[in-house]
Amino acid sequence: MYEILAVKELAPKIKWFEVYAPHIAKKAKPGQFIILIINERGERIPLTIAGYDREKGIVSFAFNEVGKTTKQLGLLKEGDRIWNIAGPLGNPSEIRKFGKVLCVAAGVMIAPMLLQIKALREAGNEITAVIGARRRDLLFFVEDIKALSHRFYVATDDGSEGHKGLGFLKEIVAKEKFDRCIVMGPVPTLQAVSEITRPYGIPTIVSLMPLMVDGMGMCGVCRVLVGGKMKFACVDGPEFDGHLVDYEELIRRQRMFIVEERLSALLWEMGGLKYG
Amino acid sequence: MAEITPKGSREKIKKKAVPIPKQPPEVRIKNFNEVALGYTEEQAREEAERCLQCKEPQCIKGCPVGIDIPAFIKCIREGNFEEGIRKIKEKNSLPAICGRVCPQEDQCQKYCVLGKVGDPVSIGRLERFLADWERARGFNIPEKAPSTGRRVAVIGSGPSGLTLAADLAKLGHEVVVFELLHLPGGVLTYGIPEFRLPKEIVKAEVGYIQKLGVEFRFGYVIGRTFTIHELLTDEGFDAVFIGTGAGPPMFMGIPGETLCGVYSANEFLIRVNLMKSYLFPGWDTPIKVGDKVAVIGAGNVAMDAARCALRLGAKEVHIVYRRSRSEMPAREEEIMNAEEEGVIFDVLTLPVAYYGDEKGWVRKMECIRMQLTEPDESGRRRPVPIPNSNFIADIDTVIVAIGRRPNPLIQQTTPGLKVNDDGTIVVDENMRTSIEGVYAGGDIVTGEATVISAMGAGRKAAKSIHEYLLKRGKNKSS
Ligand SMILES: Cc1cc2nc3c(=O)[nH]c(=O)nc-3n(C[C@H](O)[C@H](O)[C@H](O)COP(=O)(O)OP(=O)(O)OC[C@H]3O[C@@H](n4cnc5c(N)ncnc54)[C@H](O)[C@@H]3O)c2cc1C
Ligand SMILES: Cc1cc2nc3c(=O)[nH]c(=O)nc-3n(C[C@H](O)[C@H](O)[C@H](O)COP(=O)(O)OP(=O)(O)OC[C@H]3O[C@@H](n4cnc5c(N)ncnc54)[C@H](O)[C@@H]3O)c2cc1C
Ligand code: SF4
Ligand code: SF4
Ligand code: FES
Repeated sequence: MYEILAVKELAPKIKWFEVYAPHIAKKAKPGQFIILIINERGERIPLTIAGYDREKGIVSFAFNEVGKTTKQLGLLKEGDRIWNIAGPLGNPSEIRKFGKVLCVAAGVMIAPMLLQIKALREAGNEITAVIGARRRDLLFFVEDIKALSHRFYVATDDGSEGHKGLGFLKEIVAKEKFDRCIVMGPVPTLQAVSEITRPYGIPTIVSLMPLMVDGMGMCGVCRVLVGGKMKFACVDGPEFDGHLVDYEELIRRQRMFIVEERLSALLWEMGGLKYG
Repeated sequence: MAEITPKGSREKIKKKAVPIPKQPPEVRIKNFNEVALGYTEEQAREEAERCLQCKEPQCIKGCPVGIDIPAFIKCIREGNFEEGIRKIKEKNSLPAICGRVCPQEDQCQKYCVLGKVGDPVSIGRLERFLADWERARGFNIPEKAPSTGRRVAVIGSGPSGLTLAADLAKLGHEVVVFELLHLPGGVLTYGIPEFRLPKEIVKAEVGYIQKLGVEFRFGYVIGRTFTIHELLTDEGFDAVFIGTGAGPPMFMGIPGETLCGVYSANEFLIRVNLMKSYLFPGWDTPIKVGDKVAVIGAGNVAMDAARCALRLGAKEVHIVYRRSRSEMPAREEEIMNAEEEGVIFDVLTLPVAYYGDEKGWVRKMECIRMQLTEPDESGRRRPVPIPNSNFIADIDTVIVAIGRRPNPLIQQTTPGLKVNDDGTIVVDENMRTSIEGVYAGGDIVTGEATVISAMGAGRKAAKSIHEYLLKRGKNKSS
């Protein structure tokens, strides 16, 4: 059992949890994730590590309340406990001095991006940060990320804050000579940014979020095609070369259980099934 | 051994084993309950009567842990079940599990002399009978040796790790088991289906091991949460056992294997067994099975996957296998169970591609027919494709069950650990790895094998670790 020490609402339906898990906190690195399961009947869900305090034994993550499990998680309060957390999983991000780094994060993934930016900055990189969301009220960590970056941009899908869409990036990428680009967010964001950097040959690292079960290479549900080769995102990734990922395949596989996922959330919301 | 020669006593021998009651096929494919129901006391005693109590029992030779088989069978005859189970537990700490899943026909029962004239004694079923009898009454917790103050870390809670943990705890060592999943048991929990091995039994056996004082920590990924080196230094363990088993599923590398509806057998079985997706939406993890399922491969894992698919409502389940029926690696009993339940066997058939619809769901499978060549020097008949025999079949679910590789994480994160080319860990005859104080056993050493051989390895490693710890203890105090 893992105790929740703090809960914050970062934006509507986006929550930040700090949990007590000293053995994970001790080893966690940017780019890695955990898999949690709320109770015996629950689903194992992966969430990217968004912070850690090795001394206090705290691991933090942020999540979007999209389906049954994340909605149920969102009801938990300080002092509540999560049945099991496995981690840290996946390969840590490569953090070293690259030079000029472009960091693009959308939605809930702005949270783990802040951790990346801190580490990249500490390693002596010059940071250009772009954070995006569907609407202005879904943005968060604006000041924190701004303070750590040399250049900072905001984009929203509806233009309610900053740039409308990511199109403006084309110009910036054409002008600046970036040595590396890091993207975290939903697949359309990963794909769009990879297309923008591709003509300039900027090494572009995307963090993938396929379906997972064990998170340890045993089931193969997380397989993705990268450069035509089958990779298991949980053990070979979750970060890959954004120019080589087959995004169409990834999207299709992410939607594999969409009907069941909706059913599960619906039944739970209606309270028709009294469980978990 | 004159008195047991089958010829002399043919009249007296009952050639047929007492059949084990089973759920009828048409009923059992609608549920996940256990298929074989187990002997009643009368049936067990009747079957036990068949044993000839050989002076030089051949059966024991076939048991990887050397259970004194005639001795426990004699106890059943005499109705002394308590003594019977004690005899088994001298050698085997998980009898309820072995009695159910041991491939007995290749082990103990293969050597039983009665096999020459009729059915061998149903040793596994008798073992199961005693184990179930004991579980129903509640376990006796054996006496433990006084604490030695030595600590052992066990990586993986499969049969090898569980056996080793129980043995070392009884010897007075402090044992901590690290398991990456949220439940213990390894393949016993996430792989073998409920209808062959009810999870309540695994739970009870693990409960017994916990009562011996063994501590389990779930969600600990050794190689990431701690390395082996850290276990031996920062975490203060005196010895480590690696029992991480097999994991990564193999794929054939043919087009269409990333389509939706194509599962590895491991994913399919993990969803069904570990996550109980057959109870979805009461349990949260979904699974989707179409009308027409193709299971690729013909080992035990393939049979398990095929039988699960039937129970999840598939109308037609095919086993697609490139060799012929007689080369199938699965246990005969499991092939028969699958057949009885209506699984269709497409032998001498090899898939070469899968095709999907516009949404990316698998819809068709292209196969090629195979023929077997004349036996080569090794005596094996190799399957080769028949030219221009390709055909296309409609299917909407594929389960790939062509084998699994050893879990690689420990090997990758432990400098100095000797590893074979196939990824298995190198050990000597005492289960010692190339690093002092580090031992390994089970599938991670042998490649995919059996529950009982993993237990045998755990038992051997426990003995070896115990000796190492005693020696070390002396060195430390002197
Ligand atoms: C390595 C990895 C790291 C991850 N890190 C994070 C993280 O840090 N934070 C986080 O919130 N999530 C993260 N995820 C995703 C997270 O695991 C899933 O959101 C979670 O499993 C959802 O579980 P659920 O039961 O709540 O929803 P599910 O039952 O799985 O249902 C998801 C629902 O969301 C809907 N949905 C799916 N995709 C989208 C989309 N793009 N836009 C709108 N709706 C959609 C679907 O309709 C579906 O109903 C990560 C995933 C991976 C693999
Ligand atoms: C579907 C299926 C059916 C089978 N049926 C039979 C049968 O009927 N009869 C039979 O005799 N055999 C059967 N087998 C084979 C048998 O189950 C295995 O040989 C046996 O379980 C091996 O035991 P083990 O202790 O080596 O490891 P496993 O049972 O594989 O357990 C290894 C454990 O280690 C954990 N682990 C791995 N890496 C790490 C890590 N880095 N950190 C922490 N934990 C880790 C895993 O999660 C797992 O729980 C079957 C196998 C499968 C897959
Ligand atoms: S453990 Fe397995 S091989 Fe040994 S006697 Fe029991 S069933 Fe037979
Ligand atoms: S089980 Fe078979 S081989 Fe063993 S003692 Fe009995 S009759 Fe003899
Ligand atoms: S999540 Fe199972 S292999 Fe990656």
